[in-house]
Amino acid sequence: MDVLGNYKSVISARSTDRDILKKAQDGGIITTLFAYALEEGIIDGAVVAGPSDEPWRPKPMVVSTKAELLAAAGTRYTISPNISLIKEATRSYGLDRVGIVGTPCQIQAIRKAQLYPIGMRDVDDKIALALGIFCMENLSYQALEAIVEDHCNQKMESVKKMDIGKGKFTVYTERGAVSQMPLKLIHKYVQPGCNVCLDYVANLADISSGSVGSPDGWSTVFVRSMKGNAVWDGAIEAGLFETKPMDQVKPGLDMVKKLSTDKITKNQKNVDARKTAGLRADGTPKGLRNPYESP
Amino acid sequence: MAEKITIGELHLSGCTGCLVTLADNYEGLFKLLDDYADLVYALTLVDVRHVPEMDVCLVEGSCCLDDKLSVEELKEARAKSKVLVAYGGCAAYGNITRFCRGGQWNQPGHASYVPISEVVDVDLFLPSCPPCPQAIRNVAVMAYLLLKGDDEQKKLATAYLTPLMQLAQRGNEACGCDLMYDVINQGLCIGCGTCAGTCPVRAITMEYGRPNINRDLCIKCGACYAQCPRSWFNFDVMNNYESIMNVIKGAME
Ligand SMILES: Cc1cc2nc3c(=O)[nH]c(=O)nc-3n(C[C@H](O)[C@H](O)[C@H](O)COP(=O)(O)OP(=O)(O)OC[C@H]3O[C@@H](n4cnc5c(N)ncnc54)[C@H](O)[C@@H]3O)c2cc1C
Ligand code: SF4
Ligand code: SF4
Ligand code: SF4
Repeated sequence: MDVLGNYKSVISARSTDRDILKKAQDGGIITTLFAYALEEGIIDGAVVAGPSDEPWRPKPMVVSTKAELLAAAGTRYTISPNISLIKEATRSYGLDRVGIVGTPCQIQAIRKAQLYPIGMRDVDDKIALALGIFCMENLSYQALEAIVEDHCNQKMESVKKMDIGKGKFTVYTERGAVSQMPLKLIHKYVQPGCNVCLDYVANLADISSGSVGSPDGWSTVFVRSMKGNAVWDGAIEAGLFETKPMDQVKPGLDMVKKLSTDKITKNQKNVDARKTAGLRADGTPKGLRNPYESP
Repeated sequence: MAEKITIGELHLSGCTGCLVTLADNYEGLFKLLDDYADLVYALTLVDVRHVPEMDVCLVEGSCCLDDKLSVEELKEARAKSKVLVAYGGCAAYGNITRFCRGGQWNQPGHASYVPISEVVDVDLFLPSCPPCPQAIRNVAVMAYLLLKGDDEQKKLATAYLTPLMQLAQRGNEACGCDLMYDVINQGLCIGCGTCAGTCPVRAITMEYGRPNINRDLCIKCGACYAQCPRSWFNFDVMNNYESIMNVIKGAME
């Protein structure tokens, strides 16, 4: 598969809903699509990264109103184990059509749960809309705290927005301060599992989106599956997005392709390096486990 | 429609939950039996006393070494089947029967329960307690394509079944601890939460992005590890998820 995965179309887009844009991370693609899907009965609820009792610590949540979607909008650069709720959503919440947002690896987990539903009873045909967000790497909550509090010198509870872009991790506080640190320095905080991740743009999502490739406040959107295509066409027809062709925006698709290639090349090297990470008594290498080869 | 395959279920020391799960496919079970598979052996569902020849044998339950009949029937099933599946946590890993030490009614002398792979070679594992109806449905459709399909279908079925066959080679001890040993300790966990969502007894919670296992609750069914996207992730199959799901859906229509 190409580094950008299979897709039917790629567009630069932004929500036309001002309330959503105010809360969203980028073009408000995810929140707008879920709000539309709820309205149209395409989904009965969505699993999102909701708020918790600690600042910037997301808590997976099943939501079914626009107000709840808005409360969960925006990126938290730390782990939100959204897949922990997919069986819960269908069984305890009784949803027949589940929407779910996740990082590329979480979308992979969903597809595995559908193709090999070993412990995922009655889930496979109830995933109605799986929305992916691009992802270069993720952080533990403690790592995010270290970055914000130690490196950027801001209190977690005073932060209004965090963003990654143009080689920097940026923190905006409620009172208007802006603190930054170079992305290079973040590497030591990245959760180890990300170093063998071979997907940047959520190749297996129905629709996936991220900021990279599009101008500030806009998002790059890959429409991938048949399901995704139908939902996207419906949302466009309903006037929910402004769009521009990808070849008319800067920095454009080449930037997405470059970052995706960089990530996959680097991480494929890490996967390969695991094969010879150790040493046997006879002098030959001893390997670590490779999940892409066998369990 | 090409000829059907034959499937049987050998019931050893299990609770019948696995067998019921097969039936929990409802109309799907009828479709399987109408078009793809003849059920030639199964407790209460088929009136056949002796283990017959079969293409696919699903073994439910662990094997009680103190019960000669269980051992003999398991060996006979191995000899008479092309593909032998450890169907469910008990057959694959011992599951809840791992905790048994004898003294129970109505066979207090039965005390030694082992995963079936202690006694016979097993081709494929389908863990969990019970495995989900859709999982056994998919495996049945793929077994049909493997044994009766054209070349392309055989290729797809082989790719699909490979990780479940590899799982059978990996060993017959399972625990929530596998997530620590083979995922977190190996630097592979991504905090997706799949394991917590999967566990049938809710022994797993996510604490700051990592699974925390209540080891006293864990029944050793093997579902969490098998479902984890970092136990295995076979891109050759997953990248075609849409078409494969359509194949399975098409087969069940
Ligand atoms: C760890 C991480 C790394 C990222 N890296 C990149 C990158 O390198 N390049 C890039 O272009 N984009 C990246 N993104 C995606 C980007 O930050 C936005 O989330 C995306 O563009 C969607 O914006 P939106 O305005 O359309 O969504 P919104 O309308 O703001 O909705 C965002 C949705 O994502 C959910 N969400 C928030 N945090 C998480 C989380 N941690 N895990 C799962 N779901 C979550 C929210 O609940 C909400 O439903 C990353 C996101 C995360 C979480
Ligand atoms: S980099 Fe990959 S493994 Fe890490 S959170 Fe993002 S998608 Fe998941
Ligand atoms: S933790 Fe749960 S899913 Fe994992 S082996 Fe134990 S009982 Fe099974
Ligand atoms: S299922 Fe996800 S959270 Fe659980 S061990 Fe595997 S990677 Fe980690």
